[in-house]
Amino acid sequence: MSPPVYDVLIIGAGIVGAACAAACAREKLRVGIVEAEMIGGGATAAGMGHVVVMDDSEAQFALTHYSRTLWRELAPELPSDVEYDPCGTIWVAADEDEMHAVAEKKRFYESRGSRAEILDTRSLRSAEPHLREGLPGGLLVPEDAVIYAPCAARFLAGQAQSRGAQLHLSSVATEINSEGARLQNGSVLTARFTVLAGGAWSSALLPGLAVRKRKGHLVITDRYPNFVRHQLVELGYLKSAHSTTEDSVAFNVQPRKTGQLLIGSSRQYDAEAPAIDHAILTRMIARAQEFIPELARFSAIRSWTGFRPATPDKLPLIGSAPGRDNLFLATGHEGLGITTSLVTAELLVDQLLSRESKIPIAPYLPNRVCEGVHA
Amino acid sequence: MINARKPSPHSYDVLVIGAGPAGIAAACSAAESGALVAVIDSNPRPGGQIWRGETREHAHTREAQSWLDKFAAQRIEVFTSTEIVDKIHPGLLLAQSNGAAREFAYKRLILCTGARELFLPFPGWTLPNVMGAGGLQALVKSGLPIAGKKVVVAGSGPLLLAVAAHLREHGAEICLIAEQSPFQRLASFAISLLLSKTKFTQALAIRRKLSGIPYKTSCWAIRAEGRDKLESVTLRRGSKIWKEPCDYLACGFHLVPNIELASLLGCEIRGGFVRVNQFQESSVQGIFCAGELTGIGGVDSAIIEGQIAGYAAAGESARTAQFSREKRSAAHFTDVLRRTFALREELRSLATPETIVCRCEDVQFSRLQSYPSWRAAKLQTRCGMGPCQGRICGPATQFLFGWKPESVRPPVFAAPLESLAQAGARASEQAVNQ
Amino acid sequence: MPEAISIRVNGAPLSVSPGTTVLAAILSSGISMVRRSVSAEPRGPLCAMGICFECRATVNHERHIRTCQLLCAPEMDVRTDD
Repeated sequence: MSPPVYDVLIIGAGIVGAACAAACAREKLRVGIVEAEMIGGGATAAGMGHVVVMDDSEAQFALTHYSRTLWRELAPELPSDVEYDPCGTIWVAADEDEMHAVAEKKRFYESRGSRAEILDTRSLRSAEPHLREGLPGGLLVPEDAVIYAPCAARFLAGQAQSRGAQLHLSSVATEINSEGARLQNGSVLTARFTVLAGGAWSSALLPGLAVRKRKGHLVITDRYPNFVRHQLVELGYLKSAHSTTEDSVAFNVQPRKTGQLLIGSSRQYDAEAPAIDHAILTRMIARAQEFIPELARFSAIRSWTGFRPATPDKLPLIGSAPGRDNLFLATGHEGLGITTSLVTAELLVDQLLSRESKIPIAPYLPNRVCEGVHA
Repeated sequence: MINARKPSPHSYDVLVIGAGPAGIAAACSAAESGALVAVIDSNPRPGGQIWRGETREHAHTREAQSWLDKFAAQRIEVFTSTEIVDKIHPGLLLAQSNGAAREFAYKRLILCTGARELFLPFPGWTLPNVMGAGGLQALVKSGLPIAGKKVVVAGSGPLLLAVAAHLREHGAEICLIAEQSPFQRLASFAISLLLSKTKFTQALAIRRKLSGIPYKTSCWAIRAEGRDKLESVTLRRGSKIWKEPCDYLACGFHLVPNIELASLLGCEIRGGFVRVNQFQESSVQGIFCAGELTGIGGVDSAIIEGQIAGYAAAGESARTAQFSREKRSAAHFTDVLRRTFALREELRSLATPETIVCRCEDVQFSRLQSYPSWRAAKLQTRCGMGPCQGRICGPATQFLFGWKPESVRPPVFAAPLESLAQAGARASEQAVNQ
Repeated sequence: MPEAISIRVNGAPLSVSPGTTVLAAILSSGISMVRRSVSAEPRGPLCAMGICFECRATVNHERHIRTCQLLCAPEMDVRTDD
């Protein structure tokens, strides 16, 4: 039997798969990437491209904080079409209760080394003049950023290729086993280790995997330069992201470098059809208008949906797949795939090379979710 | 609550989208059959492209006069400056008129959304005063003075002749008409016109109007020159290359159908056109299509198909039988048009690496060449992500690279956010009322 | 004799006949460049029928209006890119 062609075969060339490929190739591993369609065509293309530190849990903070630092270090190398913009995030408080949450959030971030600044009514309006009057304030997180993810994925895949990785596009993997993967055209790609980075499609290749589709909607406007300067998210977003059962919307507006405004966000479970859900779109737009009334007359040029790959505990699966030889998972990133793609790659490579990671890995190991991960 | 005012839908037996010849004929036939009919059109006045500027008081052809008179005589509600934004659910469309949202309920829908020009990129095509052929004509009809201006008319299709004749009538100096199709194909086309007395008469009339203007076949523009606007056009015919100084270049390469709304509504598209049966009904029950949507056939075809669709949608299918002979000859003409004005291979090489292909996002040809599909190119370069939603660069890239278009998502045309949001307001209401 | 309509294009008064589109008015006032493209190229209309979006201008302070589809109305304020 001939030796495996690759050390690592990565299934999926979304931003997570591409980042993993780049990191593995950097460590001189022989890397193959199998992608059913094109680079960055799934949630990578559909999502907002927000690089953000989240405080949902210690584990989520550790992951996003470390990864945001990796993005900041990578920024000088990124080509201009990645549109890396360190514009920062403002978490907007809609009422006094949320202002209390702002104070707590600031304490949490600052004590863990992430800069955060409380904005009162006046400084909020100064930072974002088009937010409606009467908002009590918010939290500015200046080190957060925005990127255009499909081009970032292409850059990372290109880095991998320049380090010797082989990219197989338009190649559908139909089966993964301990030797590698079988493709739709019948060919077999052998590898010492296989990494499943299939995003919302990971469960198709590993039945029983606890990764479910969580549908989201977005709308993009024509160009209105300098209208919004930071990524704006309402604190209520956290309630929306928290919920595991209800359909929800939250105010989330991103300025793109083009001057276009990207408007989100929505979350739905058990919604597998890619068609626009008008009721949700309306709620989402209405919510956005509540914070920025002038948006009502802005020209909307496109709307679309995407599927986030969601796990039961809202943390990704990074590590060895329980009960499966030679298979690793790098999937289930929900709405944080762009942010945590880089750290996912580092944690994965550490595990492949049996070396210690810079942050504790236990919270992300697939074997933590015993009942759900494997059938 | 987005709007305190929640508009209740206008409700019709037959709703016609598009008030060009096909839409007008469809509306008349449906109304005549007793249906409650409304027509929606994005332009400020009815007429579409072919009958743009035609009014009952000042009609330029007997046909336009006769149809506009019929249109006025029937009880048909007309909504101009109104564009469809989205489908709310089967039987209910969301539209917007100068930014205000409006809903239209219908039992039967007739799509007569017509065609737009095919534009191919070439060096300098983005200069001000380089326009479509139909584009310049539409502008002149909307009040642009053209007297004394030098115009080069180029591209492909019978539209070039109609445009040249019209511009000349308004005082323009037509330098020449450059048709990419070769002489042999055009000669066959001319012969086929002999089969129809009306077409032959029309052709002679146009020929008279264009006397003295050079009509060059196998000829096309290879470059438009000028600093901040057009100053001259370089043309090629075989090995001969020369420059024509001019004020306007009216350049369009025949027509592509506006199938976006039909696509959004789920109608089957075949070969780039909406597939319909002998009653003009699409693959979606209750949705009919007429005119250029089903094949580029010009005004005669549009009027015949419009009448068939109108009668069929109003439940009077038996009345469509009278058109079978005309329908056959219209279909034959559509076929002849397609073959005559097919684009030649050389037009794929007009663009240079720096030529902009996507005008909304300024994406150059060199950036697009390597992509295997429309979607891959779009994600990486933004080609097709601008406000025109790929209507200009889509057909061009299909021709240049063989890319297939993607499925259509709302809004059908760019619309104010609050209008787009109205679709869901109604959808939610329906859900609550159930 | 139909009453002429008065509008302002980039601050300058212009008189047009009823039924004139804003785009035709802009062009007849001698302006060829209606907008600048995203890479600042001068642009004018291409299709003149509401599809290409090259004719966008700011009308009565609202941006991105397709001027080829809009009839001039009294006191309209039209601003093109510079």
